[in-house]
Amino acid sequence: MRHLLSTKDLGRDEAIGLLDVAEDMADVATREIKKLPTLRGKTVVNLFFEDSTRTRISFEAAAKRLSADVITFSAKGSSVSKGESLKDTAQTLQAMGADAVVIRHGASGAPRTLAASGWIDAGILNAGDGTHEHPTQALLDAYTIRKRLHGRASRGRDLDGVSVTIVGDILHSRVARSNVWLLDTLGASVTLIAPPTLLPVALDGWPATIGFDLDAALRQQPDVVMMLRIQAERMHAAFFPNSREYSRRWGLDDVRMSMLSPDSIVMHPGPMNRGLEISAAAADSQQSTVREQVANGVSVRMAALYLLLSGERPSVEPAPSDTAWQAQDEMEGR
Amino acid sequence: MARIESSETPSKIVLQQADITRALTRISHEILESNRGTDNLMILGIPTRGVPLAQRIGEIITMIEPDAPAQLVGSLDVTMYRDDLGRNPTRPPSPTHVPRSIDGATVVLVDDVLYSGRTIRAALDALSDLGRPHIVRLAVLVDRGHRQLPIRADFVGKNLPSAARERVNVHLAEIDGDEYVSIESPQTGGAA
Repeated sequence: MRHLLSTKDLGRDEAIGLLDVAEDMADVATREIKKLPTLRGKTVVNLFFEDSTRTRISFEAAAKRLSADVITFSAKGSSVSKGESLKDTAQTLQAMGADAVVIRHGASGAPRTLAASGWIDAGILNAGDGTHEHPTQALLDAYTIRKRLHGRASRGRDLDGVSVTIVGDILHSRVARSNVWLLDTLGASVTLIAPPTLLPVALDGWPATIGFDLDAALRQQPDVVMMLRIQAERMHAAFFPNSREYSRRWGLDDVRMSMLSPDSIVMHPGPMNRGLEISAAAADSQQSTVREQVANGVSVRMAALYLLLSGERPSVEPAPSDTAWQAQDEMEGR
Repeated sequence: MARIESSETPSKIVLQQADITRALTRISHEILESNRGTDNLMILGIPTRGVPLAQRIGEIITMIEPDAPAQLVGSLDVTMYRDDLGRNPTRPPSPTHVPRSIDGATVVLVDDVLYSGRTIRAALDALSDLGRPHIVRLAVLVDRGHRQLPIRADFVGKNLPSAARERVNVHLAEIDGDEYVSIESPQTGGAA
């Protein structure tokens, strides 16, 4: 893998492979020494142009568990507030020898611009760009679903036949976009439930069923209900009259919680607005995976960093033909 | 000796299935002899083909000494500890399964082919992150020489002098369906 920009680019085998690597990474968290020497000497730069707590900390923990050096950069208090362009920032990082750049940016497509620009050689990991994608969040969600469904036998499994209902602000949600593509790739069927004002204008080609009525969707007994955060920072227009009305019609309250089957799971990417899109009882119930999602996030990001940063780099000289046998032996681990 | 002629690479079988079984039986006896029984013993296979070899050694040991502990065999993945991760295509790691704490145990690492010794170095690093074994020993089915590190095996199925350009193939029933060890030379080397 050269970059991780979008879940749309991930094939089924590639996605399952990444989730399997994450299984191995999760084992590390249970050991006494929670560290692997794998990325020793590699530099991972966290380039955060937008606020974030859990994603930044999660990437930092993931990189440190793999022994990489982590440099965290937030736009506040940096030269970006003096007007430095993305290009100049990228070239600065290139000059410092960054091996991977984890980027969160308010503009959709900023990570792809960086990856395609030629300004920097490093692998680019999208940690959320505008209202476009947040691939590692979708991967950790898929990992969490698979783990809840199959437990220790998760390795190699896809999500065939799993029904997932995603509820809330689809319009602004990069989490929803990444999840729609990834869950479809893995074989799950996705239903999107939202107020009509919070759906994107063009949904042609989205592999999902669209609905407006949460109660009707819950009566279908979905395996997974994923509640999205109402993003106050992006509510620049009157998308719904007031938060109490939203909560009544699209919030997962205690009554709706009781409609779900006891085996179904409730997810939320965090941070939660308790009492708005999800009630406290739902958030803290046995069916809620909110805290598991955070823990799994570290494993999934370790897997992504490993797949991005190990393997052949273009600068390594190719093996001469007469040592090709030896190279093959080394590949098989001898 | 049987001979498999392929279009490009002459290959010679050096161990048949029965030879492999005999070698593993001898190694199992040697492990028990050197450890004076099964006290604190743990057999850890290195993926991929070390794992079924470790399982077979564990079964033979349990047959010889019925008192052997139930949690005898495990697997130890060394992918994340390799020193050549940046030189080869990305390899997916395999699961590590350690049946009990390795602190104070006598750990026997099992692999199919001992060559440069770099896998074993990685395995020693991986072990030290899991705990502090009392003794670590190494059992391999084939030792083909060409060590690049000061590492040697304690239990060897067969010493197989080889040229660096030759290739040693180990096939095991559990993974490959058929079972043999063969040595293969590249075309330029002619028939062996």
